[in-house]
Amino acid sequence: MQIDLRTVSIKPLRQTFDQVARHLGADKPASRYLEGTIRVQAESNFHYRPLWDPDHEIFDPSRTALKIKDWYAFKDPRQFYYGTYTIARARMQEAAEADFDFVESRGLADSYPAAAKGLALEVLLPLRHVAWGSNMNNSAMAAYGYGTAITQPCLYQAMDQLGIAQYLTRVGLLLADAEALDAAKQAWLEDPKWQALRRYVEDSFVMSDWFEQFVAQNLALDGFLYPLIYTYFDNALTAKAGPTVSMLVRFQAEWYAETVKWVDASIKVAAADNKDLVSGWTRAWRDRAVEAVAPLAARALEAEADAVMAELTEQFNARAAKLGLAL
Amino acid sequence: MDVKVNKKLGLKERYALMTRGLGWDTTYQPMDKVFPYDKFEGIKIHDWDKWEDPFRMTMDAYWKYQAEKERKLYAIIDAFAQNNGHLGVTDARYINTLKLFLTGISPLEYMAHRGFAHVGRQMRGVGPRVACLMQSLDEIRHAQTQIHSMSNYNKYYNGFHDPMHMIERVWYLSVPRSFFDDAYTAGPFEFMIAIGFSFEYVLTNLLFVPFISGAAYNGDMGAMTFGFSAQSDEARHMTLGLECIKFMLEQDPDNLPIVQRWIDKWTWRGTRVLTLVGMMMDYMLPKRVMSWKEAWEIYFEQNGGALFNDLARYGITVPKCAAQAALDKEHVSHQAWATFYQYGAAADFHTWMPSSSEMDWLSEKYPNTFDKYYRPRFEYFAEQHKAGNRFYNLTLPMLCQTCQIPMLFTEPADPTKICYRESDYKGEKYHFCSDGCKEIFDHEPEKYIQAWLPVHQIHQGNCFDPGVDPAAPGFNPLAAVLDHYHINQGRDNMEFEGSEDQRNFAAWRTMAAKN
Repeated sequence: MQIDLRTVSIKPLRQTFDQVARHLGADKPASRYLEGTIRVQAESNFHYRPLWDPDHEIFDPSRTALKIKDWYAFKDPRQFYYGTYTIARARMQEAAEADFDFVESRGLADSYPAAAKGLALEVLLPLRHVAWGSNMNNSAMAAYGYGTAITQPCLYQAMDQLGIAQYLTRVGLLLADAEALDAAKQAWLEDPKWQALRRYVEDSFVMSDWFEQFVAQNLALDGFLYPLIYTYFDNALTAKAGPTVSMLVRFQAEWYAETVKWVDASIKVAAADNKDLVSGWTRAWRDRAVEAVAPLAARALEAEADAVMAELTEQFNARAAKLGLAL
Repeated sequence: MDVKVNKKLGLKERYALMTRGLGWDTTYQPMDKVFPYDKFEGIKIHDWDKWEDPFRMTMDAYWKYQAEKERKLYAIIDAFAQNNGHLGVTDARYINTLKLFLTGISPLEYMAHRGFAHVGRQMRGVGPRVACLMQSLDEIRHAQTQIHSMSNYNKYYNGFHDPMHMIERVWYLSVPRSFFDDAYTAGPFEFMIAIGFSFEYVLTNLLFVPFISGAAYNGDMGAMTFGFSAQSDEARHMTLGLECIKFMLEQDPDNLPIVQRWIDKWTWRGTRVLTLVGMMMDYMLPKRVMSWKEAWEIYFEQNGGALFNDLARYGITVPKCAAQAALDKEHVSHQAWATFYQYGAAADFHTWMPSSSEMDWLSEKYPNTFDKYYRPRFEYFAEQHKAGNRFYNLTLPMLCQTCQIPMLFTEPADPTKICYRESDYKGEKYHFCSDGCKEIFDHEPEKYIQAWLPVHQIHQGNCFDPGVDPAAPGFNPLAAVLDHYHINQGRDNMEFEGSEDQRNFAAWRTMAAKN
């Protein structure tokens, strides 16, 4: 049975803000995502140039070599504005919290086999620094990028990576203790198998083109690191020692599956008018990403490493081709 | 997760592992290249580890609490829209305060987001970076919840329709905008003093409280709710601003004179911007919360005074401008409203003269000044309007090079004489509304000569749409400028009495309440 409640209805004078209507090509009802995103960033008549970067305006499309006709073509397929973003993450954190509680309350960390635990700590804990590096890079994209449609999700990505660094820290504290985090930091700073990756991350900090940084961080590095760790290594650990650690990194696995859609959508828009440029960046950073994560793969997957890296490269190339890149 | 205390680690240690434990000193790239902007202002930081986290919130706790607030807020916004909540406000004049808010303040929230993203990337210490990034994220929230709350008003009332276009052009909107552009283009430490401390800590109660209390007093559940929902965010922002200034002052005694200069500068910049809020409180709210003068006394003189007493142990003194502001509090709201009333044809909201009972309220609240200096002028305006001569000033005013407010303020010692100051720089003359604004310019002329002054831009022909020919016969410059601003002449602007907003509100309210 349908209940037909009535409200006093008044005919509106307009459906949405003019900046949104111009974007849509007509005055029609617009989503909260669009009203909170389209043309929210200032575009002209800036009062002063930054003391710290006098070559650019406050908001300046020339901070990247990309040539983009419409910066609001960069839409987020997840339609994240602050409300939908925090609500989506709150759901995920609730699941993560339940997983951590489960592992803790059942004493699963104590009964987890020692060899697998050692390997998990060795591979996962230094990654909290990699996630922090991604926080720095994505906050730079949010700070220096152009157009709310692309910079807004970069800040969400930055905060997500801080969250991931914090979940990894908790894995260390749950499976071991604060000393394990110190040891992992030492390894990050000195152990040869982490140095190519650390160099990659530090080089990405000083990049002047924020969209090249997007390619290096969100497409290339994450494109290898996340499947390697949260699919292949996760499966290998589960096969060896059961799903305990898998539960503790579920957030990252689900997060990657979600965010990769946004990364792909953004690359596609950028590549549409800048195919050679974005392809060149992707090629260069793909090669460095392979080199940077290979030692980690070797430790994490041992004999399987080379085959997995070859497979990941193939998958990456296929993905790039689908996004309109020529590698 | 609320950071839980486990057997081995205290809350503080655990939070440290979740934040500053993540950072490291880079070696493949020099630290000065990774963090290129945190030294040029001359602020000396010896030990970033001395930073005390002003709040300890990990991301999972942040998502959880903020999502809960968002769910509640949007439920109310939806109910407000569904129920035609806009018809419940005291009277349609009130809606003009929201136009001022959406065009003048919401875009600044977005600037704050960008500014804190910048500082949250550039400070060398991890502790302040994490706190700044959370604020950057909060500021997106504030911009968007404001846009979403006002979205419903935009559907029914005029003047809300193009806020992002307007703030880049309309004359009076360059006042709040240049304030934020100024902060953003300064170095990261100055930004923290400008926004984190002076604005968020010292002055926020004078911006936020009047608007949100004004909404509550005037039956606007929509705007009230986003304000109340933002309250706990604002509390975090205030503690960040305070921690930042203490940290800078504790790190090195050489930082004191730099910080003091910034406090002096930004308190004055902020005070000038707040003129718009004073005018809103005294003239635009049908149901008033308190007078501007009372707000200034409570929030600046009393609360701010206590704060500066607290900072005295570092050598900080009360901002220099406090003496002038103490005189100005009796005048600025009246002077600003008189100006907006005259220039009512060039704004995106309506103006009007207060009713006689409202004038009596002003006399009571401003016993030293209202009857003596302002009532006669306002009664004259009202009389002229009644006689069919509603006055509009069609000239262009001279603007202050620093705060960009028209030269409408009077001499500190003589409320009957407009205050003019000027400086010569590289063969050009620059004009100021006050000693405070002149001093700010004189210290950084290369910055302030860049200002995009709306009146100068009109005179230079930069405020007409492409294709408009100012040499054409019968050319009407005001109409052309309004077109360029996207202000619909006669619909968004001018007198409230007889406006479409007034008529629609009355008709819709009748429709909703009667058969």
